[in-house]
Amino acid sequence: MSIVELSKEERIGFKSPFIMGGLGLLVLVFFGLLGREGDSTFLLSRKDDVVQLPELPVDSSTLGLVSGLLMLAIASYSFVLARQNRKSPMWLAVIFGLLGVVALLGWLATGNTIPVAFIAGTALVLAVPIMLGAMGGLMCERVGITNIAIEAQLLTGAFLAAVVASITDSYTLGIIAAMIGGALVSMVLAVFSIKFLAQQIIVGVVLNVLIIGITNFLYQQWLTEDAENVNFPGTLDIIKIPVLSDIPVIGPVIFENRITVFAALVIVPTLYFVLFKTKLGLRARAVGEHPLAADTVGISVARTRFWWVTIGGMSAGLGGAAMTIGGGGAFGREMAGGLGFIALAVVILGRWHPISAAFAALLFGFSIILRIWANQVSPGFPTDFIAMVPYAVTIIAVVAFVGQSRPPKALAIPYTKG
Amino acid sequence: MSNNEDRFSQALKEILAGGFTRTIISVILGFLVGALFMIGSNPEFIESLGYFFSRPADALGAAWSVVNEGYGALFKGAIYNGDADTFVKAIKPMTETLRLGAPLILAGLGLGLTFRVGLFNIGGTGQLITGLIFAVFVATRMELPFFLHLPLAIIAAVVGATLLGALVGFLKARTGAHEVILTIMFNYIMLYFFTFLMRDPALLQEQAATGNPKADPAAETALLPLLLGDEFKLHWGIILAIVAVFVFWWLMERSTIGFRLRMVGYNPDAARAAGINVERTYVLAMGLSAAFVGLAAANQALGTQFGLTPSAHANIGFDAITVALLGGSNAPGILLAGLLFGAFKAGSPSMQVLGVSPEVLGIVQGAIVLFIAAPPLIRAMFRLPKPQTTNVLGEIRDRIFRKGGAK
Repeated sequence: MSIVELSKEERIGFKSPFIMGGLGLLVLVFFGLLGREGDSTFLLSRKDDVVQLPELPVDSSTLGLVSGLLMLAIASYSFVLARQNRKSPMWLAVIFGLLGVVALLGWLATGNTIPVAFIAGTALVLAVPIMLGAMGGLMCERVGITNIAIEAQLLTGAFLAAVVASITDSYTLGIIAAMIGGALVSMVLAVFSIKFLAQQIIVGVVLNVLIIGITNFLYQQWLTEDAENVNFPGTLDIIKIPVLSDIPVIGPVIFENRITVFAALVIVPTLYFVLFKTKLGLRARAVGEHPLAADTVGISVARTRFWWVTIGGMSAGLGGAAMTIGGGGAFGREMAGGLGFIALAVVILGRWHPISAAFAALLFGFSIILRIWANQVSPGFPTDFIAMVPYAVTIIAVVAFVGQSRPPKALAIPYTKG
Repeated sequence: MSNNEDRFSQALKEILAGGFTRTIISVILGFLVGALFMIGSNPEFIESLGYFFSRPADALGAAWSVVNEGYGALFKGAIYNGDADTFVKAIKPMTETLRLGAPLILAGLGLGLTFRVGLFNIGGTGQLITGLIFAVFVATRMELPFFLHLPLAIIAAVVGATLLGALVGFLKARTGAHEVILTIMFNYIMLYFFTFLMRDPALLQEQAATGNPKADPAAETALLPLLLGDEFKLHWGIILAIVAVFVFWWLMERSTIGFRLRMVGYNPDAARAAGINVERTYVLAMGLSAAFVGLAAANQALGTQFGLTPSAHANIGFDAITVALLGGSNAPGILLAGLLFGAFKAGSPSMQVLGVSPEVLGIVQGAIVLFIAAPPLIRAMFRLPKPQTTNVLGEIRDRIFRKGGAK
C-alpha cells in the first residue's frame, strides 16, 4: 500500500468525511426520522418578479430524510476519495452545506413559507461588511501582519461614511472617507508593527479599544446632539442591473443591490486573481511566507507589507460604509458589534483564500438572518444556538483541520534586516 | 569626581530608559490625547476659534476650562469629592474606585500571566462568563449557610473559568491552533450560551420571569459582605483582589511554577531543551490565567444584590488586556493600572453630570496603551536613551540594601 509510505503532511485525513458523515446522520435523524409533520413551502419568486416560479410545497420530514441520505452519500464519496488519498473538491462541500441548509430551513418552517430570495438576499447584504473586512484581514495576513483591528476599521468606515455623507450630501465622498479612514487605522498598525516592531496582536487589540473610544465619544458628544445634520445619511440607491436582475432567484439576490454589495462581489475575485495570478501577488505571498528570501531577491519587505496592509484597510473601511450607508443608514454606538472578529474567523475558515473566505462570510451572514427569521416562524426555538454555530464551526476548523489550514509562515513575526 | 559624574549620568540614563519612565510618559500623553478630543468637541471653543486671531485668549480659556472641568469631575468622581458636605460622601468616590477596580485587577492578573508566558489570552470575556455561569448557579440555585455558600460560589466561579481556560490551552497544545482565535470564538459561544441559560426558568432565568434574559439575584448567604458598612458599596472583592496580587507575585517571581512559565515565555525552544514540557506549560498557563479571571467573575456575580443580565461581563475581559499591558504584566503594575482604569469607571457618572461625555476616558485608555505598546515610539518622541546594558542602578540599590540590610 502506497499510503503507508506517505509522510503525515502528504496524507489526506479522514477527519472531514467523518465530520460530514456525522452531520448527515444528524440531519437524517433530527430533521428526517424525528422531523415535524407538515408542509414547508419554498417561495422561489417574489410577488412582483417578471418570471414567476411555482411555489414548492414539500413535506418537512421527507425533505429532511432525502437531504440526510444525500449528505450521507456525499460523505461516503468523500471517504472513498480519502481512501485513494484524494482531496474532496470544494464544490462537494458547498453542495453538502446547501443540502444541510435546505433541510434546516424546511424543518424550521414546517407549516410556513420560506421566502428563499429574501433570506438569501439578506444573508448576502449582511455578509458584505464581514466579507470586505475579511478581505482586508486576508491582505494583511498574506504579507505576514496579523490584523486584529478589523473591528476598528469597520467602525471607522461606518462612522466616516455616515458623517461625511450627511455633511456633504455625497455618498461618493462618504465612501471615499470610509476607505481613507480604514486605511489610516491600517497605517497605524503597519507603522507600529513594521517600524516599531511592536506586538501586532497587542497593537490590534489596542487600536480596537482606541477606535471604540473615539467613535463612542464623538457619537455621544456630537452625533446625538446634532443628529439631523451629521448622522442622517440615508442609504445608497438600489441598483437593478437590467435583464440579469430578472433571472429567477439569482436575479433579486445578486443583481438587485446597493453598490457596496457589487463592490464586494468584484473585490473578492479580483483579490483572488491578484494574489494567485500576478507577480504582485506572488511577491506579497513571498513576503508573508519567507521574508528573508523575498528580501534576498530584492523585494522590499517593509514596503510590500505597508502597502498591502494599507489597501487592506481600505477594503475594511468600505465594509464599514456598507454597514451605514449601504444598509442601516445612521451610525450607531459600537455598531460593528464583533463583526470585525467574525471577519478574522472568516479569514481562517476560508484558509486565507479570498473565494473560500467569501463563502465563509456568507455562512455568517446566513446565520444572522436565520436567527431573526427562525424567531418568527418557529418561536421558542433556541436561536442562541444558531448564533453559536459559526463560531463553533471556526473552532472545529482550526482544531480539526490544522494540517490543512495553515497560516502564512511569517505571520505576526516582525522582519528586521541583517 | 568625573567617575562619579559618569555613574550619575549613567544611572539617569538607566532611569530614563526604564519601563517606569515610559509608562508615566504614556499615561500623561494619553490624558493629553483625551484633552484634545474634549477641547475639539467643545462648542464654545469652536465658536471662539472663529475669532482666534483677534482674541486668542478666549479660545485658550475655553480650552482650559473644558479640560479642567472634565478631569476635575473625574477626580471628584473617582478619588475625593471636596464639595461634599460629609466626610463619608467625600471619600465615597475613592471606595467606588476600589470597588470597580477590583475585577479589573483580578482579570488583569489573569491576562498578564499569559502575556508572561508568551500567550495572548483574548478570551477574558468568555472565561469570565463561564465563571459567572457556575457562580450564578451556586448562588441562586443552592441553599447553604453563609460560611459554606460564599466560598463554594467563589470556588465555582474559579473552577468554571479554569475549565474553559485549560480547554483552550489543551487545544493549543494538542493541535497547535492559535489561542487568539480560540479565545475570541469562545467569547461569543459563551456569551450566547449564557444568554440561552438565562432564557429558561428551568435553567438560570429568574423565577419571576419577565421574558428577558435575566438571572435571579444571588442569595444573601452567597454575597460578598460589605467592607465598610452600609454607607459604602465597597465589598470584600477588593480584599480578594489584593490577596490575588500577592499570590500572583509569589507565583510568578518566587515559585518554581512561575520560573517555568517565565522560561517558556522568554524562549520556548530553550525551555524545551532544558526539559520543560512546553505543551503542558501552555495548558497550565491558560488554566491559571483563567483562574484569576474566575475570581473577577466571582466579584461580578457575588458583589451585587441585583440579578445578572447577559451584559454582566461588563467588557472586563477586554479592559483587562489594557490593564495587563499598562501594568507591564507584573503584580504591582497591574494593581496600579487596575486602580487607574477603575477610577475611570468610577468617575464616569460625575463627568456625565457635567455634560462631558465620559466616553473620552475610553480614548484616554486606548491612547495610553497604544503608547505603551511601542516602546521605540516613546523613545523616539522624547529622545530617551535606549535600554542600557550597564547596571549602575542595580549596583546602587545593592549598596543601599547592603548598608541597611542584615548582612
